[in-house]
Amino acid sequence: MKNIKIKIDTIDVIIPEGTTILEAAKKVNINIPHLCYHPDQAIKANCRLCVVEVSGSRKLTAACSSFVYEGMEVHTNSKKVRDMQKGILELILANHDQDCLKCLRNGNCELQALCQRFNISKTNLEDTVDALPLDDTNPSLIRDSAKCVKCNRCVDACQKVQEVHVLTHSHRSVHYNITPAYEMPLEQTFCVFCGQCAAVCPVGAIVEKDDTAKVWDAIYDPKKHVIVQVAPAVRVALGDAFNLPKGTIVTGKMVAALRRLGFDKIFDTNFTADLTIMEEGNELIQRLTKGGTLPMITSCSPGWINFIEGRYDHLLDHLSSCKSPQQMFGALSKSYYSEMAGIDPKNVYTVSIMPCTAKKYEAQRPEMMTNGVPEVDAVLTTRELARMIQSAGIDFVGLEEDQFDNPFGIGTGAGAIFGATGGVMEAALRTAYEVITGKGLPGLNFTEVRGLSGIKESTVLIDGMELKVAVAHSLGNAKILLKQIEKGESPYAFIEIMACPGGCIGGGGQPIKSTRDVKEKRIEAIYKIDEDLPLRKSHKNPDVFKLYENYLGEPLGHKSHQLLHTHYHSRGMKYNFSELTK
Amino acid sequence: MSKTVNIITENFGQYDPGSIDSYLSIDGFSAVKKALTMSSSEIIEMTKKAAVKGRGGAAYDTGRKWAQAASVPGEDKVVICNADEGEPCTFKDRSILSKDPFRLIEGMIIAGYTVGAKNGYIYLREEYRHLRPLIRNAIDESWEKGFLGDNILNTGFSFQIHLYSGAGAYVCGEGSTLIESIEGKSGRPRIKPPFIKECGLFQLPTLVNNVETLAIAAAFIQHGVEEYLSHGTAGSPGTKIISLAGNVKNPGAYEIPFGLTLREIIYDIGGGIPDGHELKLFQLGGASGKIGPASIIDTPYTYEDLSKEGLVVGSGGILVVDDRTRVIDFVKSIQDFFIHESCGKCTPCREGNRQIAKIIDRFVDGSQRPDDLQTAERFANIMSNCAFCGLGETAQSALLSAIKHFPQEFGLTEVAENEKH
Repeated sequence: MKNIKIKIDTIDVIIPEGTTILEAAKKVNINIPHLCYHPDQAIKANCRLCVVEVSGSRKLTAACSSFVYEGMEVHTNSKKVRDMQKGILELILANHDQDCLKCLRNGNCELQALCQRFNISKTNLEDTVDALPLDDTNPSLIRDSAKCVKCNRCVDACQKVQEVHVLTHSHRSVHYNITPAYEMPLEQTFCVFCGQCAAVCPVGAIVEKDDTAKVWDAIYDPKKHVIVQVAPAVRVALGDAFNLPKGTIVTGKMVAALRRLGFDKIFDTNFTADLTIMEEGNELIQRLTKGGTLPMITSCSPGWINFIEGRYDHLLDHLSSCKSPQQMFGALSKSYYSEMAGIDPKNVYTVSIMPCTAKKYEAQRPEMMTNGVPEVDAVLTTRELARMIQSAGIDFVGLEEDQFDNPFGIGTGAGAIFGATGGVMEAALRTAYEVITGKGLPGLNFTEVRGLSGIKESTVLIDGMELKVAVAHSLGNAKILLKQIEKGESPYAFIEIMACPGGCIGGGGQPIKSTRDVKEKRIEAIYKIDEDLPLRKSHKNPDVFKLYENYLGEPLGHKSHQLLHTHYHSRGMKYNFSELTK
Repeated sequence: MSKTVNIITENFGQYDPGSIDSYLSIDGFSAVKKALTMSSSEIIEMTKKAAVKGRGGAAYDTGRKWAQAASVPGEDKVVICNADEGEPCTFKDRSILSKDPFRLIEGMIIAGYTVGAKNGYIYLREEYRHLRPLIRNAIDESWEKGFLGDNILNTGFSFQIHLYSGAGAYVCGEGSTLIESIEGKSGRPRIKPPFIKECGLFQLPTLVNNVETLAIAAAFIQHGVEEYLSHGTAGSPGTKIISLAGNVKNPGAYEIPFGLTLREIIYDIGGGIPDGHELKLFQLGGASGKIGPASIIDTPYTYEDLSKEGLVVGSGGILVVDDRTRVIDFVKSIQDFFIHESCGKCTPCREGNRQIAKIIDRFVDGSQRPDDLQTAERFANIMSNCAFCGLGETAQSALLSAIKHFPQEFGLTEVAENEKH
């Protein structure tokens, strides 16, 4: 691309053609205010906060949607620009519920930061918020229309990235709103609860349903034995909340913090990730050798499960019957663990720390019960854990490293990489190869299935058998593979699908501002964890081995089926149009 | 002597608009026959010579627009006739659509031939649904007689016309919004670039012209540009159909030569103000236009003279308001219109209209606060400088010009006099 010369304020800038003013300004350390602009999304130019003056232009120009041209002169900080930007901010604020101190995004809100930057104290405008009712009817997400700034980032995430098409804009003018069709609560739509909308929301209009109070209550309850599991993707993201460099691995400090919070036992979901591989790997082998629906598709990602149960319910047979690692852990916590520890399952309180909002929904599914009690009692997102740590006054960065407890404390590298897109596939291949061939793998890294390309594929030769596999992350990409299956054109035996872009490291419950760059750093960290572990294959996990020996018997055995496998239902949601048109 | 002329409107009342045979009997389709013997560049040259500014309101030079559309590469291009005519107090396109639909068809065929389009779309205002059968018939009959379809008049040129209507949103008169609407999406404007001339309807290169613009093209192709150019002024040659409405005795659509004064238009053509009332103000170009006070009534109706007064020809609407109406009530009616018609996509328009409406309401009932006027003006300026599209940019034209010309009606002189004491 040709380089051109422009001037921004007093600075001469040489920049490739096709750059926007906003990006060009960023290169010379000028941060033009914005709300609707998001580096991973399409240009929207709705909020108009990024208006700047361009010499020769009568009106102001939106920096996010205007491309530079040779000789362009941009003024980002003139009186006119500042007055107009401030005015737009006042307009947004006048229709925004300003209960900032009580908002989950307090201190981490893009609107708040801009108000601080423009020193907005009082305006002449009337503050009256005109909004749709709050939607908190589902276990995962709360939508607070009174805080919505109509930037459309969530719509972009829901429609373009996830292609779930639940959130959209409706009505016009002062009635313009972001909402599901017919202003239905999310619970009554095909929302998959992936939380990608919450992850890109600049304000507190879509947030995770906060369950920290529930967990504090359990910790303070002397009758409860409170145990916690932590998903693989949390340990490479939690540091963001404590201003550590992106992608910092904080496993040891995280365990130490959990212990200080008062959890009785701290376990690793990587353990049940290994267990998942044992079950799912054997399920795949069985389908390949004894016949069964192919391609088999992974079932770890609850957003993905909600998606297929909603929109592709005719393909449910393709799903692995394995529960997710969260639920496998939950089932064991209320059976194997409670028996071992001699605690009534009713008094074991199982908490999960997940990068995911859909996990909250998964934990509340009626079939996720073991010994008459819910397998997982509370699910906290990475963001909620960070808030618990902050509220307990723990200086996270200064903590001494601690270690997970037994018997669910050992996870292999194969379990660790579940956190990144392609990880489940790679872990499964490491095990399937050795189980089928009985020989050691020559090289452990299946790099073709790694990285952020939307769909990745690979062909693996196992015992003379060609195994074609594919990996998709984000539901938009998943759709492409599903359409192949629908047409009978899928060449694959095994498919990994994760609902969120980048896999769990990009989950809807991760610290805010999980941009593409940040996701890349987290993925790097995940593979570093794998590389550094002495054990990197699930079937080599000694505690998993013990679990089968002492309790489960064998993979896909009777007890495994009872505890570790599940079945799926069509969500069968139908709009009642006659009701709606009333 | 009548001050109106008959160039664009020459066929009005001369034939039965529901019959192509009737149209052919008055030499109909001779413009198309002539155009198809000309080259694209000859037609563009002629259009440039006629110096027709786009009649939808933006006043962009039609010859230039056609030249750009013709030079954009693309096998499959689209011509859209913008018949959305949504500006309040504008009904001049309706006069063409209802009295001379075949000339519009001719204009579209000529435009399509000139720029190399295969398909044409008429985007008809939903409120004009009563005209659908007439236009549908004009398209069908033109097709039956071989003026539309494949290999028109054995020239090798093929062109189809499709008829569409939206759901009645004002903003769909904006080119890119209109395109979204035809594509079945909600009516909100698109980001530019890409420009619609390169990537418009169904991502094809697209030319959008107003009804009147296309009708003029058919007229000067048929008769040559000389007669058309014999009217008007040096800066604004030719004629224009205006929509005269409000407090005048004879409201209606009239074709006038550019250069008549507003006085001639309102009093000679419109018959003056009824019931012995006095002219107070007029608004030009529809709801998005500015208002002018009675004192500038001798301004000639040309692009250049109006511009000196800060006014525009725009869509050609002339709304006359007499002394029975308070300025603030007039401004409120405009504000009510825009608060209904803003698409809500961008902050300045959605929230600016919301806030300014509250302030205007206070002025209407006399409960305004000391800083209200200043606040309204401030946010009106933010809207005109920062809004996403033309709707938000011009929604406050009436308010801002009203404050300028009628400060006393906003209590400004009282404030000034109080300050003297």
